[in-house]
Amino acid sequence: MEFLKKTTTAIALTIGAIISIYPLIFMISTALQPATFLFEYPPKLFPSEPTFQNFIQAWTSQSFSVYLGNSVLVTLLSFVFLFVFSSTMAFAYSRFEFKGKNLSFSIIMAALVIPSLTLIIPQFILINKLGLFDSYWGLVFVYAAGAIPFTTFLLKGFFDTITKDIDESVYMDGGSSLRLFISIILPLSKPAFVPAIIFNMLTIWEEFPWALTIINDPLKRTLPIALATFQGQYTTQWGIVFAGSLIAVLPLIILFIFLQRYFIAGMTAGAVKG
Amino acid sequence: MKQQKWSGVLFLLPGFLFFCLFLIYPLLRNFLYSFYDFKLSNINHTVYVGLENYARVIEDPIFWISLKNIIIYGLISVPGQMILGFIVAYALNASTKSSKIFRTFYFLPVVTSWVVASLIFKFIFTDQGLLNYLITDVLHLTESRISWLSEPAKALSVISMLGIWKGVGWAMVIYLAALQNVPKELYESADLDGSNTWQKIRYITLPSIKFTTFFVQIMLIIGAFNVFTSIFLITKGGPVHQTEVMLTWMYSKAFTEYDLGYASALSYTFAAIIAVLTFIQFKINKLN
Repeated sequence: MEFLKKTTTAIALTIGAIISIYPLIFMISTALQPATFLFEYPPKLFPSEPTFQNFIQAWTSQSFSVYLGNSVLVTLLSFVFLFVFSSTMAFAYSRFEFKGKNLSFSIIMAALVIPSLTLIIPQFILINKLGLFDSYWGLVFVYAAGAIPFTTFLLKGFFDTITKDIDESVYMDGGSSLRLFISIILPLSKPAFVPAIIFNMLTIWEEFPWALTIINDPLKRTLPIALATFQGQYTTQWGIVFAGSLIAVLPLIILFIFLQRYFIAGMTAGAVKG
Repeated sequence: MKQQKWSGVLFLLPGFLFFCLFLIYPLLRNFLYSFYDFKLSNINHTVYVGLENYARVIEDPIFWISLKNIIIYGLISVPGQMILGFIVAYALNASTKSSKIFRTFYFLPVVTSWVVASLIFKFIFTDQGLLNYLITDVLHLTESRISWLSEPAKALSVISMLGIWKGVGWAMVIYLAALQNVPKELYESADLDGSNTWQKIRYITLPSIKFTTFFVQIMLIIGAFNVFTSIFLITKGGPVHQTEVMLTWMYSKAFTEYDLGYASALSYTFAAIIAVLTFIQFKINKLN
């Protein structure tokens, strides 16, 4: 009886796991199909003559190397703004008393539930007025600002767990609050930064509607809009579409496989604190 | 002490101003915009129209279609993700061997971006795609191919399935974390009483993870209401707006028809619906 139960569970789990990864395998196998075979009906499940032709074409003539670079650049720049601002804000909320502390913190927390797409019109007008339309900065500022509420909340929660006795001893030694922040609090908070970085990378790396709206110059495209526009233009070149898709998801998948523990920490961070 | 007071403000201010400029200011500005008639083609020409944009929302048949569609999407995808996520987590929590590799497999769709996932599903369900090949040429279930994506009900089902496929891993991870906190002694005493698996789930597991279930439910409902990319890429809201959801309709009003004032009113209506829904859920949860 126990054996039967275990076997059924294992079979059910395996079927579920196959459904979970099958579409991804299908994407890989299509990307490896020679272009001439793609138009054939029936479509092949596994390529009979696998080739890297689609990858080479996506990388060179379809400029996916440029798009990958754009995505990396935008994500990194967003992180600079996001983490400088979020960590200083979290430090202020965790360590100091000042007028308007509760009010401003409530505003930030309320912003957690704003669906980001509902702000697309006023943000579009604002970015235009600032002269940032069709520029990386238009992406960077909006991505960073959108991620500030959650990241500040997460970091403040961690800073709060660091004992305030440390503050006292730094001040006693004549150290400033900046010193406390940079040489004590930040280094001690690595366990909070790793999941925060991963969580935000998942959202910023794949952001689609905002980039689609404000990026016009084909050479400034990030990976998600490059894929969507490429697919829209050449509906039949699925091999290249999926080769490009792999270029877009592989960095995250590789990172995930090596840093699985932190991914899960990033995902559950909200649940535990929330 | 006085110096410390100022340090707090100095640490807060740069980030807070940045946050206000790009998030809070647009939020307030959007509210004003919703009372004006103005077009993307001529942003500086604005006409105050009072509540007219909101009246148009109520009279807009596609607004109601989009609301209906988002509710259908939520009713399919939210319970789908919760139930499957819980079942997988429960099964993985019980077995230690090989559970890590399973966890990886189930989580991979979460790491796959919405754009890529949508393109894969589009390719599988397109008329000449894999699924039609399987059911006609391999399994001979039907004579002719089925147009999965050009009939509204079928297209919405496909998009809901994509939502479930992509979200089960997330629910699983959250439930796994919660299940590990359920005291083992509870199960042991239930074993002594001779309880079966279902009784254990019903009387021990589910009550112990009530808070997690509430959290997952709220996050998934908000997530469902925010669905955009999959619809935008798979059906574009078509045929004739029949698969439109609120965000795709708002987006197409703003950036295809350039009707910014009306789109602002749509987005505020949408945000209000989410706020009310979340509020109601918190109230119900408090009552329990």
